[in-house]
Amino acid sequence: MAVKNILEQLNIIRRCQRYNLSLWQCPQFLFLIMGGIIIVSSLATYVIGNRYIEDPLIIALVVIFITTLLFIIAFIITQSFERLAEANRMKSEFVGIVSHQLRSPLSNLKWVIELLMSGRISTVSEKQAEYFRILKENSERMRELVSDLLTVSRIEQGKLFFKKERISLQGLIEKVIKEVEIFSKASNVEISFDSEENLPQIIVDPDQIKLVIGNLLDNAIRYIKERGKAEIDLKKKNDNLYVEVKDNGIGIPKDDQKYIFQKFFRSANIKRHRTEGSGLGLYIAKSIIEKSGGKMGFKSQEGIGSTFWFVLPIK
Amino acid sequence: MKLKFHLHLRPLKRARYMKTILFIEDESVLQKTFREIIVQEGYQMISALDGETGLRVAKEKKPDLILLDLILPKIHGFDVLKKLKEENETRDIPVIVLTNLEGLEDVEKTLKLGATTYLVKTNYSLEEILEKIKKALGE
Repeated sequence: MAVKNILEQLNIIRRCQRYNLSLWQCPQFLFLIMGGIIIVSSLATYVIGNRYIEDPLIIALVVIFITTLLFIIAFIITQSFERLAEANRMKSEFVGIVSHQLRSPLSNLKWVIELLMSGRISTVSEKQAEYFRILKENSERMRELVSDLLTVSRIEQGKLFFKKERISLQGLIEKVIKEVEIFSKASNVEISFDSEENLPQIIVDPDQIKLVIGNLLDNAIRYIKERGKAEIDLKKKNDNLYVEVKDNGIGIPKDDQKYIFQKFFRSANIKRHRTEGSGLGLYIAKSIIEKSGGKMGFKSQEGIGSTFWFVLPIK
Repeated sequence: MKLKFHLHLRPLKRARYMKTILFIEDESVLQKTFREIIVQEGYQMISALDGETGLRVAKEKKPDLILLDLILPKIHGFDVLKKLKEENETRDIPVIVLTNLEGLEDVEKTLKLGATTYLVKTNYSLEEILEKIKKALGE
């Protein structure tokens, strides 16, 4: 049993996967690196000591002393790293469980509101309908937030699974545009889509990629002040398909740009402009694209607009 | 003397053979809300609040369609589905899974077990679910 335990401890790659961290952030791997550093420094101490100190006993003592000291420091550091990683893992798990629990009362609410609005129980006056709509919009917002939180917790736990389907990205984008049409018309935003002909199909999870395009388009429409234009461009670039969503909205202030893909981050000018939004959309979008083997980025200028782009490999 | 009728509900849409829908779901609010709509549409609805009752009622009443939640007391929805598809009497009843689980592995598992459709509660409106039911009933 003890041997099995030790072997388990030594299986660094598996332990690192548990935390869904990269190798260089993983406590066990860092401990191994520290071990290497300790051995090298002990040897260095020996070599230097040998040159300046006559008595071999003192050299041995110095080497032992320094090695022990380094070992203790390394142990303390990796221990606290491991506690942090564990706390982070538990937090993601907690968020996942809580969001899931929130879904039941939310679906109860949703169905009851829909029933009331449908006029199936009794006729609905205009005033009532207005307030039902507010109820519905807010429960919808809550649903989106919970769904985003669940996705984030899945991403962090490495539990976001991807289907693999061969699809046409052009068709997918057209679908998303159709879905946001009502919203874009209500916001006086014109959407244009420009695509190269005869593009190859790619293998991705269509639902996830749809979510990404939907998120980018939604942002573009949301942050255009009054009337405006959102332009989508799809083309082949080397071995990738390149998608660009360009808007002439309020843009992202320079100081905020480096934080834009962080969880819960919302730019100051956006908060002035619109109150809703969880600050999770771009984090989720970037994670999905990266997990699909692609890359995502943006350029933006405050007051002029933003351009978000991503590439997906043609396999 | 004249008789007066006050009909508060909309008249039932189908007077012909009444199809029966069994709803296996532990949230009584969802049961109640759904019943309002389903009855108005001219179906009969039977409720079961846990997996065990659901299985028993399915065998006894042989409904035309089963709506099944996954996280259920006593017997989990996966096992309910499995047993429904194993028994001769219930094998051919279409089953729509109606749940809040949306993991890809859950979807694949239920479809493999023989469910007709998989719907995530919060992603569909009542009317959309009604459409799916009609489709599954072949209407």
